[in-house]
Amino acid sequence: MTAIRTSTIAAAWLVLERDLRLAVRRPAQLIQPLVFFAVVTLLFPLGYTPELGKLRAIAPGVLWVAALLASMLALESLFREDAADGTLEQFVVSGQPLVGLMAAKTLAHWLLTGLPLTLMAPLLGIALGVPVVAMPGILVALMLGTITLSLIGAVGAGLTLGVRRGGVLLSLLTLPLAVPVLIFGARATELAILGESQIGPLYLLSALAVLGITLAPLAAAAAVRIGLE
Amino acid sequence: MSELSVKNLHVFRGERHLLRGLGFEVPAGCCLQVVGANGTGKTTLLRVLAGLLEPESLELTFRGQRIPPRDPDYHANLSYLGHDPALKSDFTSAENVSFNVGLRRRVASEDVQSALIRVGAAKFSDRPVRALSAGQRRRVALASLWLTGASLWLLDEPATNLDVAGQGLVASLIQEHLADGGLVMAATHQDLGLPPNQCATLEIGARGVSA
Repeated sequence: MTAIRTSTIAAAWLVLERDLRLAVRRPAQLIQPLVFFAVVTLLFPLGYTPELGKLRAIAPGVLWVAALLASMLALESLFREDAADGTLEQFVVSGQPLVGLMAAKTLAHWLLTGLPLTLMAPLLGIALGVPVVAMPGILVALMLGTITLSLIGAVGAGLTLGVRRGGVLLSLLTLPLAVPVLIFGARATELAILGESQIGPLYLLSALAVLGITLAPLAAAAAVRIGLE
Repeated sequence: MSELSVKNLHVFRGERHLLRGLGFEVPAGCCLQVVGANGTGKTTLLRVLAGLLEPESLELTFRGQRIPPRDPDYHANLSYLGHDPALKSDFTSAENVSFNVGLRRRVASEDVQSALIRVGAAKFSDRPVRALSAGQRRRVALASLWLTGASLWLLDEPATNLDVAGQGLVASLIQEHLADGGLVMAATHQDLGLPPNQCATLEIGARGVSA
């Protein structure tokens, strides 16, 4: 048999494409975090006050906490199924660098949760009295923030692979690491609502995203190797 | 001339010294059947050789070259079939096979089809794996194994869940692979119907080793 070995890029692309295709075949998993995000955000006008002025003041915090919890919700399923059915084992023995495959899986996770959450945020912002001019700023901040959240989450999901019912442990591990994202993200959103320059917190969010992109796939690959032993 | 040689293999699982200084050689075109009671380390041995488990010590030589841990070229030459067949229940057999093989090498859809025919899975190749029985899934997993083109096969109980015809299929796939100059290590108690010059047995005992 003449075999042409698959390049790393092609293998990563295969993993990405496969994860997206799997998600399309079971849309319930895709919609869950989005519905959660919407419901949590919309509880505030009902439970706190319908006054837009007051809601606007808490809007940054509400949007970010809800987005953080929603993206956490989808994390548990990131590696769990692949671990259970032996796919991760095949990743390790495939001869492809595990780091590349983990990066592809994380990117798929972001495309399936972080990106839709970001795109939904302006709609929910309106319910919290956020002015329309602030929307582009909020979109950019959430886009950068959710990238980092997916990356941190991938490390956490890898580390809790071997743990039975690791859901709670996963939140305990990743939520503290997500605090900087929350702080700078909420600040960037607040500045956008006030109509001031967001450049400071956006730089910091970008720095966190770059740090995550550099280190998280390495850490996730190492964690998965340990989890499989 | 041995293709695969293992020396000085020590593995601890927790506090247990499971494999103690195991060593053996497998020549090309030969099958090493790993036998031993449950819990003596057959699966552990195969997982170590597949690179899924870090041993305490191992001198591994493949085709005359010392293999360092996590060597991508070595991995490209081996195919591991474990307890879990790595199939996605929402995908069809054909989709699963082309993904699992595609990770390693480029594969055309005709090749996937012919592999599924070879393992007797053509009838249900367009059904989602969710709807297949455990034995049918095993056949799909065998199609991936056959198609990877890897020369070293590490098989952990390859005939689990298979009917009589399926067990015959495993034996004939192994024979064909050996005839092509491949190597097989199989943890199975099934009689593979191989001539004695093509088959050796490695017995792993609770006490340690005999090979």
